[in-house]
Amino acid sequence: MTGISILKERKKQIYQKGAEPFSITCGKHSLAGSVSQRACVFCGSRVVLYPIADALHLIHGPIGCAAYTWDIRGALSSGPELHRLSFSTDLQEKDVIFGGEKKLYHALIDLIHEYKPKAAFVYSTCIVGIIGDDVEAVCKKVSRETGVETLPVHSEGFKGTKKDGYKAACEALFKLVGQGSVDNISPYSINILGEFNIGGEAWIIKDYYKRMGVNVVSTMTGDGRVDDVRRSHGAMLNVVQCSGAMTYLADMMKEKYGIPYIRVSYFGLEDMSKALYDVAEYFSHNPEIMTCTQELVRYEISRIYPELQKIKTAVKGKRAAIYVGGAFKAFSLIKALKYIGINVILAGSQTGNDADYEVLRDMCDKGTIILDDANPLELSKYIIEKKADLFIGGVKERPIAYKMGIGFCDHNHERKTPLAGYSGMLNFAREVYLTVTSPVWQFAR
Amino acid sequence: MLLKHTTDEIKARKALTINPAKTCQPIGAMYASLGIHGCLPHSHGSQGCYAYHRSTLTRHYKEPVMAATSAFTEGASVFGGQANLLQALDNIFTVYNPDVVAVHTTCLSETIGDDIPQIFNKAIADGKVPEGKYVLHANTPSYVGSHITGFANMTKAMVDYFAVSNGHKEKTVNIIPGYVEPADMEEIKRLGDIMGIKTIMFPDTSKVLNGPMTGRFKMYPEGGVTIKELKLAGSSKGTIALGNLASGAAAKALDVKCKVPCQILDLPIGLQATDMFIDTLRQIAGVNVPDAVTFERGQMIDIITDMHQYFYGRRVGLVGDPDQILALAKFLVSIDMCPVYIVSGSPAGKKFVKRLEEITQEVPYEVKISVPGDMFLFHQWIKQESVDLIIGNTYAKYIARDEDIPLIRFGFPILDRVGHSYFPTVGYKGGIRLLEKILDAILDRIDRDSSDISFELVM
Repeated sequence: MTGISILKERKKQIYQKGAEPFSITCGKHSLAGSVSQRACVFCGSRVVLYPIADALHLIHGPIGCAAYTWDIRGALSSGPELHRLSFSTDLQEKDVIFGGEKKLYHALIDLIHEYKPKAAFVYSTCIVGIIGDDVEAVCKKVSRETGVETLPVHSEGFKGTKKDGYKAACEALFKLVGQGSVDNISPYSINILGEFNIGGEAWIIKDYYKRMGVNVVSTMTGDGRVDDVRRSHGAMLNVVQCSGAMTYLADMMKEKYGIPYIRVSYFGLEDMSKALYDVAEYFSHNPEIMTCTQELVRYEISRIYPELQKIKTAVKGKRAAIYVGGAFKAFSLIKALKYIGINVILAGSQTGNDADYEVLRDMCDKGTIILDDANPLELSKYIIEKKADLFIGGVKERPIAYKMGIGFCDHNHERKTPLAGYSGMLNFAREVYLTVTSPVWQFAR
Repeated sequence: MLLKHTTDEIKARKALTINPAKTCQPIGAMYASLGIHGCLPHSHGSQGCYAYHRSTLTRHYKEPVMAATSAFTEGASVFGGQANLLQALDNIFTVYNPDVVAVHTTCLSETIGDDIPQIFNKAIADGKVPEGKYVLHANTPSYVGSHITGFANMTKAMVDYFAVSNGHKEKTVNIIPGYVEPADMEEIKRLGDIMGIKTIMFPDTSKVLNGPMTGRFKMYPEGGVTIKELKLAGSSKGTIALGNLASGAAAKALDVKCKVPCQILDLPIGLQATDMFIDTLRQIAGVNVPDAVTFERGQMIDIITDMHQYFYGRRVGLVGDPDQILALAKFLVSIDMCPVYIVSGSPAGKKFVKRLEEITQEVPYEVKISVPGDMFLFHQWIKQESVDLIIGNTYAKYIARDEDIPLIRFGFPILDRVGHSYFPTVGYKGGIRLLEKILDAILDRIDRDSSDISFELVM
């Protein structure tokens, strides 16, 4: 597989540390004709809002957009499961010609009548943007008639990148913020933003904060509830995990409600501990919180430390390639892998910005390849050249790794074990260990 | 329970699909394109469409699925996608070097009215399609038909673009296998081989989406029909199209274009449908059925008689793609099982529904059919009166769990099991496997439900 050429236009999106002065181009649209691993605006909105379990999610468009996002995200709910059904207006040719507003109206009325959701999100897809349905007006009308707030999500696929979908989701959420009562909210309270509870992570994190004496008003959007979002402006601090998705909302809340925010990561010992300490620091006028936090961190690390050391001995010196959605996730993964003695030889993201890539460059060792918006050929080229033993990515990357005979860890939504928090770090290390040392690879080489 | 939201009271829904039993055209076109050797499917539209199609196909086949996209932005949706497609073709041939690029449209590019043949002409005139390389296209707006229609359109495009009559009648027989697993395509070819018949199968995803692990990532795996074969298809003795909805269009187009006579059969699922396939193949090729095939047939009958005591009267819910549910319903009736609820999300027309009604007319229960319908309705029917077995894709597992009914995964997509792309369910061998799966599901259930007293070694 040597001699794979790289698209000329993509050369600036690939950087090898130490080879030349640092420069990487990012945030640009994928090249037509490239086999990008990225998705669209709708995808961005859908993944962010999907975990709000007591809301109705109606996809206004042809059936595909609904079918492909039907319960693929695996965001767990501790209560209602309404988000796991797939509702679509299933637009047909005649709707495209005559408009889909009537269909949308009737679908919403039927659904709201049947399920009595706390709120409804209506996702506009490409075709709705093209035929010009006034989704906003239909939503207003339905809200008025049913008393159930119906929120348009402007997620026409072609109107930007996945990031613009995050923004559209934040805008829809922001309409809910500020509607609820803030009575009885503790002065030591936070919102968790950008945690999607894919393997139950939100529950682990909430438990930590609770043990610190910090009250979580809402998690946006993992195991999310509409009423919690409505009163989230009563929290003292926003803690943003998936920065790509939720910083926009945090900014809006800061501006309108004066709530400051911090960026954190719940992945890896270092970042997890920092996430807790930063919150404790913020509430430093209550020293008890810091004391509890120190105890918690000590206790949790001591619980997993011995096994982590064993794993480290077994996997030390292995080489990993990382290709994930957000750059923040890549940072944490690099730290976590380094902690167990694994070298990162490739780090890439779908949506990193300039600042992200500078951080990545600083974190990585000399010779590491940094990639923006990569494609399978590039990934496989560097996996071979750099002799990776492990690939960490999402659904489209898994079979590529397996075809090449190396281990794989899903760090997207095809998993059931939580990877966040201290127990999550142990889960991750175990998974890395098991896949990297699996006897099956003897057949592959 | 997960689907506690499903109510048994059925209300008329005109504007709403809940839990679809279909998906959209482009993914079917992408699947068909992967059945051409050295082909890179190309999605002419926004980036999300192709990302979803690749993810879904990857999850189903557990294989890398390659495709490219025109990556539409707002500009393209206003000014048209010509510039994007031209640039895409240039990039694709420069870097990914496929033999063929198969373009399918999306609802976006269809609605803005991009004229793909015109863009192709420009690309060829501009030298963006290198010598010896090919392009083809199918129109597949998502708001028409379903993934089955998309498959049919791309398969027909293979005929429209490539099949030519060379003036002779070659000994080859064309087989259009329908929207089935790579293993099914392999099995159908194997039967042809045993009979000593030279077949041209298109599309053919065997060895593409169930290829070996080699330690290398291959952009274009070994399998797939070649352009040379597609051209030759125009001079074959005849064409067998399996499954009218997925394969009929291409077969008829080939008949019209190159005067290759076609026979449109049901998918060869079950004994009679396989008999029909073998017999048709025999007649077209003018050969005798070899003993090896008769032997396999005998084995299947043997299995059926061994098993039949467990089958009769069992109520089955069937949800899936039209060609498949039709063949399955016929098979189930033939072994005395009772398909009572039949749902396909794909629109398939009145004639199709009429055939289903004929097939199931002897079933001693009320048979409910909804084509097109959705899984929500299917679930509601089951809630009203249950079944002994569900046959459907992975999404049927929610219903199976909620209603505590055994499920056999069949059709597309199957996201939560591995192996289906390696084991056929067509032909006699495939039929034997399907029977085994049905019987296992029924007997496992009896074992599980039986009390200590009635739990038995021999069943």
